This record gives sequence, C-alpha cells and structure tokens, in this order.
Amino acid sequence: MLNRYPLWKYLLILVVIVVGVIYALPNLYPQDPAVQISSTGGSLDSEQIERVSQALENEGIDVKSASMVSDSTGLIRLNDAEQQLPARDIVDGTLSNDYTVALNLADSTPGWLESLGAAPMKLGLDLRGGVHFLLEVDMDAAVEQRLEATASAIRADLRDERIRYRDTAVDDDSLHLEFANADDRDAARSQIRQSFGEFQIDSREQGRRAFLDMTLTEQAVQDIQDYAVQQNLTTIRNRVNELGVSEPLVQRQGPNRIVVELPGVQDTAEAKRIVGATANLEFRLEARPDTPDTETETLAFRSTASRTAELSRDVIITGDRVSSASQSFDENGRPQVSINLDGTGGSLMNQATRTNIGRSMAVVYIEHNTETRTVMRDGEQVQERIPSTERGIISLATIQSALSNRFRITGLDSPTEASELALLLRSGSLAAPIYFVQESTIGPSLGAQNIERGIFSVLVGGLLVIVFMLARYKAFGVVANVALGVNLILLIAAMSLLGATLTLPGIAGIVLTLGMAVDANVLIYERIREEIRARTPAQQAIHAGYGRAFTSIVDANLTTLLVAVVLFSIGTGPVKGFAVTLSLGILTSMFTGILVSRALVNLFIGGKPVKKLWI
Amino acid sequence: MRQLDFMGKRRLAFIVSIVLTIVSIAALALFNLNLGLDFTGGTVVELHYATAPSLDDVRALLANQGFENVSVQTFGAANEILVRLQETFSNDVGNQVVSALNSGGASIDLVRAEFVGAQVGDQLRDQSGLGMIVALAGVAIYVAFRFQYKFAICALISLGHDVLIVVGLFALFQWEFDLTVLAGIMAVIGYSLNDTIIVYDRIRENIRLSQSNDMAEIFNGAINQTLARTLATSGTTLLVLFALFFLGGDMIHNFSISLILGIVAGTFSSVYVAAALLIVFKLERQDLIPVKKENVEEELP
Repeated sequence: MLNRYPLWKYLLILVVIVVGVIYALPNLYPQDPAVQISSTGGSLDSEQIERVSQALENEGIDVKSASMVSDSTGLIRLNDAEQQLPARDIVDGTLSNDYTVALNLADSTPGWLESLGAAPMKLGLDLRGGVHFLLEVDMDAAVEQRLEATASAIRADLRDERIRYRDTAVDDDSLHLEFANADDRDAARSQIRQSFGEFQIDSREQGRRAFLDMTLTEQAVQDIQDYAVQQNLTTIRNRVNELGVSEPLVQRQGPNRIVVELPGVQDTAEAKRIVGATANLEFRLEARPDTPDTETETLAFRSTASRTAELSRDVIITGDRVSSASQSFDENGRPQVSINLDGTGGSLMNQATRTNIGRSMAVVYIEHNTETRTVMRDGEQVQERIPSTERGIISLATIQSALSNRFRITGLDSPTEASELALLLRSGSLAAPIYFVQESTIGPSLGAQNIERGIFSVLVGGLLVIVFMLARYKAFGVVANVALGVNLILLIAAMSLLGATLTLPGIAGIVLTLGMAVDANVLIYERIREEIRARTPAQQAIHAGYGRAFTSIVDANLTTLLVAVVLFSIGTGPVKGFAVTLSLGILTSMFTGILVSRALVNLFIGGKPVKKLWI
Repeated sequence: MRQLDFMGKRRLAFIVSIVLTIVSIAALALFNLNLGLDFTGGTVVELHYATAPSLDDVRALLANQGFENVSVQTFGAANEILVRLQETFSNDVGNQVVSALNSGGASIDLVRAEFVGAQVGDQLRDQSGLGMIVALAGVAIYVAFRFQYKFAICALISLGHDVLIVVGLFALFQWEFDLTVLAGIMAVIGYSLNDTIIVYDRIRENIRLSQSNDMAEIFNGAINQTLARTLATSGTTLLVLFALFFLGGDMIHNFSISLILGIVAGTFSSVYVAAALLIVFKLERQDLIPVKKENVEEELP
C-alpha cells in the first residue's frame, strides 16, 4: 500500500529521537565554578580532597561539593564564582608542588546521563568566558638555544673541513671557539664567515691559545627573539587544537608574551601541562671509545638512573623534524610512539645511520623545567626562576640497517607519557621555554545585553520560520515544524557528543542551518502541490512528491557536505568549528526532512482514503 | 500557472552581474577590506577599579569617546577589567583609555597596556585559502560526475560571483570584516551551491523528459517550476536573517549582512549565472543523453 512504513522504520526513527533527546539533555544543567587538582607526582586521594575542602571552609569559602573524578584528579565545586580565585590560591598553598591546581568550570550533568557519556556543549569565550593564561617566553634561553645549535653546526663544519679546534663555549649572546694555534683559527674564521653572517666575529689571543669570539648583532638577537615568540605562538596554537579545544584564543601580547584563553575546558590542569610542556627528543650516536672528551656527554637512562652511556654531543636530528607521530603498543603491549620524519629529517637520519651500521643510536628525552622561588632581595619579594634541563636516554639500540623516515620509539614509562610525547612531537616543539606568569578566569567578552539581544533575535527568527511554514503549508507545515524541532534536538545532541563549543555566531549558524533545513520539506511540498495541480490522487501525489524531490535533496546536500568536509579536514580553529556545525546540520536535516517528516505523514494519513490534502 | 520569461532577460542580467563584479574587484583593489580585531590585532589594556564597575557603562563610555571595536571583560575579579581595542598600540593608549573612563568618575589604575597580535594566524589564512580551492575542486568533480562538465564550470563561476560580490560590497562600504563574517561567507557558499544544484536538477530532469531542443524554453520551465521553492526557502532564511540583523546586536550585525547579501546574490546567480551561462556554453540535449550509436550492425562480421 502507498505511503506506509514498516514498523521497524518507525521504531528506528523513534530510537534515534530518544537517543538524541538523551544526549541533548545535559545542556539544560548549568556549570559550576570549580577548582581542579591533579597530581603530577604524588598521590591524591579522597581524604586529601576532604582536608583541602575543610581548609577552604575554614577560610569562609562556600564549597558545594568535593570529590575525586579520576585516580589522579579531584574537583572542588564552589557555589560562588567570585570565590574561585581565592579558593585556588588557598588550595595551591595547602598542597605541595607535586600538584597542578587550576580553575575550571565543571558540568553538573546528573550521574545517569554521565554514565551514558552525555555531556553539555561548552559555551564559548564570548558567551561564558573561560580561563586565561598569560605566558612569557624566555628570551635569554631562545638566544642560548640558537647559540648551542650554531656551535653544533660549526663543530660539524670544522670537522668536515679538517680544521682542528679545542673547545666551544656559549655565554650570554656570544659564542667562543678555542683553537690550538692562530693558523687553525684563521682557517676557521674564513670558513665560518660565509655561513654565519648574523655574527660579529673577533679574533683574540691569550698566551699560546687562539680564540674566535662570535657575538650576535643586536638585530640578530631581536630577530631570534621575535622568531622564538612567533614559533611558540604557532606551536601553542597547534597544541591547543590537538587538545580538541574548539574556539580557543591564542594571541601574542606585547613583545614577549602569549595569551591563551580556553573556554570551559574539561581538564584545565591537563591543558596547562600540555601548553607549557617542553619535552622534545634528540637522536644521537653513542660515542666511539676514541672520541675526545670535548665531543662527548654522559647521560643517564630515564628508567634506571644508575645506568649511563657516553653519547656524541652532535645531534643527528631533534623532534622538530617529526612530521607526524602517534601512540600505539608494541608486540609485548608496551607503549610506543610511531614517528614519521619530514623530508630533511628523513635524509639526515638515513645518512647518519647508513654510515654507522653496527654502532648504537640513543633516543634522548629532554625536558626544560623551571622552578619559581620567591626570594627576598633588598627587602623586596622577588620571583626568581631557576631553569633546569633534564636529559635522559629512553632507548639505546644498535643500528641494524639504514633507517628511513618511519620508525618507532620504545622505552616510555606509560601510555599517557607516550601519547603526550606523540602530541608534543606532532604539534612541534617550543623554540624557547615559556612560563606561566598569570592565570585567572575571564568573563564573557560580550556584554550581557549583547547576549540577550542575540538570543532574543535567534528566537524571533526561529518563530518566524515556524509561522511561515504553518501559513504556507497548513497541516503539512505542522509536520515540517515537528521535523524542525527534532532536527534541532539531534543537532544539539550531535554537537554535545562531539564536544563542540557554542559561540554567538555559532548559535546564529545553527538557526541558519534550520532555515536551510526547511528546504528539504519545501522541495517536497512544492512537488506534491505540482502533482495535485496535475490532478494526481492525494496518496499518489504524496508518494511522487517525496520520491521526485529526493534526488534534488540528495544532490544539493551532498555537494554542500563535500564543502564542509573539506573545510573541516584542512581548516583550523573557527573555520573547523563552522564546518562541524554545517556538516552535522546537513546530516540531521536530511534525516528529519526526508525520514521523520515522511514517517509523520505516513502515520497520520498514509493508506487512508484522503480526498483533499490540506497543503 | 503563468510562466515568467527568465531567460529572455538574461542579457540585462549579465550586464548587472558584470557591473557588480567589476565594482567588487575595484572596491577590493582600491579600498581593501576593513579587517576586524580578529585579523589585525590591536591593544590590550588591563585596568584595576577600586569598586566593580558595570561593564555596559564601560562599553558605553569607550564608545562615546570614539573607541571602536572594543571588547570589555572581567578578568579574575569583578573589579579587574580587560579591554581590547583595535587601536594600534602606542605608549599613551593606556592613559587615553583611563582618562576616557575617568570621566565617569571612577577611580582606575592602569595595570598594563600592550599590543596584541592577530587572533587569526597566517597559518589559518593560508590553510583556509588552500581549503577553499580543494573544496571547489571537489564540488566541480562531483557536479561533473553527477551532471556534466559544463554544469561544473557554470556552478563554479556562479559561486565565485556570489562570494566576490559579498566581499566586494564589504570592501566598498568598509564594513568590518571579522571571523563571524568569514563564517557567513562560508555559509553563503553552501547556500548558493544548494540553490544552484536544485535548479540544475530540475533542468536535467526536464531535458531528459522533453523532446525539445530549445534550451531557453526548457530552462524557463525548470526555473518557473522551482520558483515557488526558491522563494519559500530564500524567504524563510531571509526571515531569520532579518531578525538577526534588526534585533541581534553588534556582534552578529555584520554576520547577518554578509548572509543577506549572499542569499540575494545566490538566488539571483543560480538563475542568471549558473543556468543562463549554460546557454552561453551551448549546452545541448546530447550532453545529458548519450547519443545512441547508429548502425551498430555494421561492425558485426
């Protein structure tokens, strides 16, 4: 019979709608201001959380609840957003340095929904605000790192040219090379001059020893620092995107600072750790027994500190040459990171391994740490930072054959460490260490008035569409409007599931997709009207209308979906966010426009003797 | 139902399209886009109030003193205020802001004033450009596959026409072009493509059904048949957009302008650029209906 659906189709549609409602539901519950504690080294248990929240109560802070959310993370919810900052400071003071304490906005989704994996959409920086980090780039370290790299390149250069040198040393913004005699020095000088134009080179003698002092010009120092900030900006943007935070804000502020603003992220402590992380890798050959001491460095293994190996000071490549990296497990279930190198990295690696088969190569894990200490100087409290660099070997293996641009690294502690390392390698390393100089919450960038007006206009827009459909298509308009409602629920559910962030333009975008979503129904109804004008009987008109509009709907939506998918795969940040809304909107509107509206029509008038359609 | 002769007026429409396109290109070349804070960066000023102010008052005061494009938000506590301005950073911007706000009688300390970089990195700009090209190539291939290559070329020209006109008008009137407008332009692409494909779909169907070779006549029929749908869909979308435009406030003002222009241009171009150009490209029945090979028997031994 015409226009009847089998029972399973009705049930399928019903199931989809119910699932949609469940996953859209958490958006009705508001978020709590919270302080998140996560342990980086020490242990964390509910007793400690209890003690901390007691300390907060004693200071007159209104704690809503305090609990552990995972093995190493605890969350203290507050009733009053104003008390969030003082609460953070109190918690930070109570706990030792092994804990990261961060501000957060916590969902208050009920447990039964949470157990289904449902979570609300996050509101963007414009609507709700978020957390604000101000980071400072260590400019001195940027210059020092550049000098170290230059020293390494010069050493290799001199060795290639068979010019003998004694030592290289780096201080402030200059590089000192020591030679056994003036002849060697002069040979080196003419060699170096060509390729290192950013240095001012001076010769100096001290007794029988000869030196070259290479000092960076002021312009070069500035360029290096500028480059370091730009590079760090790009890296932090990549990292924030890798974290899956949508609609973040990453900006340069002043000559040496970077602002990062994240809308209510899930795990601020993690975000803080990842944004500021400085882990990187170095690949180096094990030193030959006859290598002079000035060219070697003894490093300990990360797993067993008592085991050491003597490595060449020259680095084959660093993690900067990694083009992609992912975490996985080896045959024995231990975590590993699979690495792809870029073109230059691949050929450097191939060159170094091809000529050194049988020797061992070490993978060195590097981390720059800084401890901030408050010291009294001239009667004033001054924050003093003590930078330190930790280098540890994570694996040392014999080179069996020339390596290409793809290989794996093992010897990592845990899957978490492996996946964080993979993320850091993917997003690029920081050109210079950075410090958190400021952390606070930030209010919405839009005024309350603006938000109210925006939401009001969206409601009016939606209402106008509903009225228009009712006026033009009467009974069928009701069907279209019900389909539209279902569409909205499904769209919200899908966006919540994907962890999308809602901004005001995003809301406008949703309404717009709804405006366009009625298109499917309009196409169908206009076809049905055409059929009726051609004196087709009611049931056949409905059948033909849905059938013939189908190809138009599919063609039109698939082309638009194609654009959205490409934008998603290539774009970043806001472009990506928009592409997600658009593609989800197309999928849900095709489902509701074709299936849901058809099901409603079939259910009410399908197969019944209808003389006239109220359309 | 009365048939409107769309194709008969196509020469006039071509002239309108060409004039608009030239004006757009000229406006872009001569005036450039008035890029917003998202793209240019500006100055950030951190203020400490003795007592928490009303943010709306702060915004109003700044707007009265001629600061444009200002974002004001609390920062940690209710009396710490962060102001972002599009003003290029100089040493006295901070003090200007403070004196502008002091006229309201509040006691304010300047904590810091620094320049901020663009929110949109070069990387995003380059990647978005590349993304657009790949997306358009994908669309062209799909349309060529589902329809025919002449349709693909005309659809792309029509898309370019719409985007160029919207961006050009933004340059001409120096409306602020920010990230929300960029999102609007992408929505215009989606919408215009949608519209074009619906018209093409009907043209393809009618060419296959009819025996006539008069393309202009077939196109007129197809456009008239889809007219009710086009008006209903554009109508509902425009309804929403006018609501956003008139009631939505500053934040989505330019976003709605870009879409209103884009939808008008997109509806116009799906008829007069995408469809009418097919006549210029000499679309024939054979392009959609494979010619049956005649005298097949001859090849048999």
